[in-house]
Amino acid sequence: MKRFMGAILAIVVWSLAFAQFSPKNTECIAPADPGGGWDFTCRVPAAQVMAELGLIPGSMKVTNMTGGGGGVAYANVVTQRADDENLIIAASTATATRLAQNVFAGFTADNVRWLGAVGADYGVIAVSNDSPYQTLNDLVDAVAAAPGDYVFAGGSAIGGWDHLKVLLVMNEAGVEDLGSVRYVAFDGGGAAMIEVLGGRAAAFTGDISEVLAQVEAGEIRVLGVLSPDRVPALPEVATATEQGYNVIGANWRAFYAPPGISDEAYNFWVDAIKQVAASEEWNTLREQNGLAEFALFGDDFEGFVRDQVAIIHGISEDLGLLQ
Amino acid sequence: MEVLSLLGQGFAVALQPINILLVFAGALVGTIIGMLPGVGPINAIAILIPITFALGLPAESSIILFAGIYYGSQYGNSISSILLNVPGTASSVVTTFDGYPMAQQGRAGPALAMSAIASFFGGTLSIFFLIFFAPLLSKLAIKFGPAEYFVLMIFAFTALSSLTEGNTLKALASALFGLMLATVGLEPQGTTVRFTFGQLKLYDGLDFVVLVIGFYAVSEVLNILSETQVGGEVRKLTGRVMISLKELTSSLWVMLRSSISGFIIGVMPGAGATIATFIAYSTEKQIVDRNNTFGKGDIRGVAAPESANNSAAVGAFIPMLSLGVPGSGTTAVILATLLSYGITPGPLLMQNNPDIFWGLAASMYVGNFMLLILNLPFVGLFARILLVPRWVLMPIVATLSFVGVYSVNNSAFDILLMTAFGFLGLIMRKTGFPLAPVILGLVLGELMEVNLRRALNYSNGDWSTFFQGPIVIILWVLTLASLLLPLALRRLTKRAKPGKLQGE
Repeated sequence: MKRFMGAILAIVVWSLAFAQFSPKNTECIAPADPGGGWDFTCRVPAAQVMAELGLIPGSMKVTNMTGGGGGVAYANVVTQRADDENLIIAASTATATRLAQNVFAGFTADNVRWLGAVGADYGVIAVSNDSPYQTLNDLVDAVAAAPGDYVFAGGSAIGGWDHLKVLLVMNEAGVEDLGSVRYVAFDGGGAAMIEVLGGRAAAFTGDISEVLAQVEAGEIRVLGVLSPDRVPALPEVATATEQGYNVIGANWRAFYAPPGISDEAYNFWVDAIKQVAASEEWNTLREQNGLAEFALFGDDFEGFVRDQVAIIHGISEDLGLLQ
Repeated sequence: MEVLSLLGQGFAVALQPINILLVFAGALVGTIIGMLPGVGPINAIAILIPITFALGLPAESSIILFAGIYYGSQYGNSISSILLNVPGTASSVVTTFDGYPMAQQGRAGPALAMSAIASFFGGTLSIFFLIFFAPLLSKLAIKFGPAEYFVLMIFAFTALSSLTEGNTLKALASALFGLMLATVGLEPQGTTVRFTFGQLKLYDGLDFVVLVIGFYAVSEVLNILSETQVGGEVRKLTGRVMISLKELTSSLWVMLRSSISGFIIGVMPGAGATIATFIAYSTEKQIVDRNNTFGKGDIRGVAAPESANNSAAVGAFIPMLSLGVPGSGTTAVILATLLSYGITPGPLLMQNNPDIFWGLAASMYVGNFMLLILNLPFVGLFARILLVPRWVLMPIVATLSFVGVYSVNNSAFDILLMTAFGFLGLIMRKTGFPLAPVILGLVLGELMEVNLRRALNYSNGDWSTFFQGPIVIILWVLTLASLLLPLALRRLTKRAKPGKLQGE
């Protein structure tokens, strides 16, 4: 009986949710300077598409809150704006990586409410077009034989997502001493790619959207995509799994909300993100920007983030990346 | 001559009424934004992105508007440097060296006119380079690795010798302080945090804008407050408002050299306009400053940084358009805009989207002409700002600084930091420590450290990597020349005219 009453109550609350919470003066925080992935996540799927679909009244304000690789925004949301129901914040796999490595000044993934993802950028390992390596196996075998002779260049810091993707592949390939795999960090995927084009680094680790223009120009060759299936943008490139390395590296684009919001507000935002993810407007823009479909919402997404944080924490611990 | 017909196509795009209107709006907004301390083109463009989408503007029109704001701000940001000794951005710090002394001598008019002309010169010459050498230069940018950047920064550091007017030891101490400030935050490459005192907002290091505004604007306001005769004093405007032909011709070669060096440095995605201004200024000081007038109101000292920073701003478009790598914060936003139109900049941009590349190049010509026409007639008006009593002007500067700095990151912490640096700047002024070397140290320190780390990572700790390859060797030769030539020249002139020097 109690359970039954609870269910009734839940349905009533749920049905009231859409009646009760009406957003106003909505805001999206991009935890980095204009021009990056988080900024895009706020400006395009949130501000632009939500307004186009009429999910929010008027327009959404986008605030850039730079610092600490997203940590400044995270701390600000948890401590200063914990019950702001009109606020969502852009996040990605980089956010989960930093939470896993405890670099957000003691905050954890449980400090906020994860809303949902609207797409993902799958990882790639690529080489310059004049490189002798034709497949991921060629490269991985060469690196495994003499790790000291090869440098990977990527756009994230040491221990960051681009670095981790290489280590995950090497780990699958049976390389014991992952610390011997060399990685040099640059400011963003574009700068790292220049290193491969200039012949200073052996291979590039990054995301699909970062390599498309150079692939089209024939300057860069992708050896493997870290996706479950082949991606439409690179149909002839085999996935890492096909080549024997069971690694899936999705850099998802998502949103979280402050911890103290009501369930009505939480459900409102989860539903809004769901509608964005299903809309034609967003899917056109998503494909133009080289992002793959990646649909996880509400509790499913929250569980996914928790699992991913735990996995990355484990790898980082094994690698001695944690302080 | 294919280039000319493509450029003709570009002009067809740029001269559409809507695009002319947008380039004018961009140039005007940019000039105004450039004048305000703290507020940069990056904020203005970020605000305008959703509006251009809402208006349904095509991609080339949006990028024409945004580029107009970007180079327009390069014209505007010299105005407060010259008139008030308050640079709004790091790339206009060098303009204060001679611009402000000129204003103090009542020659604000010629200084402002020179700045507009030098900006135009640098802006248009570099568009010429952009059109003819973009593919070639993007290849050069690829050749520039961490070792090359590191030695380039060493070369840039020799600019310090031109900032040591007066006490060399104090200038060195200032530069060292700048280098120390550069170590605040997450260490490059890794995950160790330095000197942040647990403050998350310091993880990314000190923001240039906060430091520049604190050091220059706030400390200038405090400095005036601390003077005894408060407020009553009004600057004079003596003589001509316009620049003379002689001043112009004396600066011609200065502008040419500075535009070329500024452009090349602008093309390197890892360097930037601020470094271009320091290098141009110190190079010109060594080449043309025979009577030691640089730093005391020499108009050529305004021409050098102003042509260099405009030229670098245009140069920064090359890696953005042809490699997809932004060379500055503003080009990063423009890149993001193109991406959201579904246009991916890269090696094929010129083929696949000729309207974007050539339309932009042509509109830059149009925009620079507009800016020259917009700026020159107002020189007299701008110079009159000096006639406003200080007690009216300085509170306005203070207000704008606070609003501007807050608007960058929406952070009250930045305001505290800026105020702290304001007081520190005041103490340094009163005790005779120059401020510019701190900025130089901060800008170069970060880039030097990260590129040193990367280069040594590549070479497995072998330092000989800094002496290999043609580019590195050329940079070392330039560095040595920059250090030794002035000494050699001084010795030569001493021998030639012993009487005059003894008399000094």
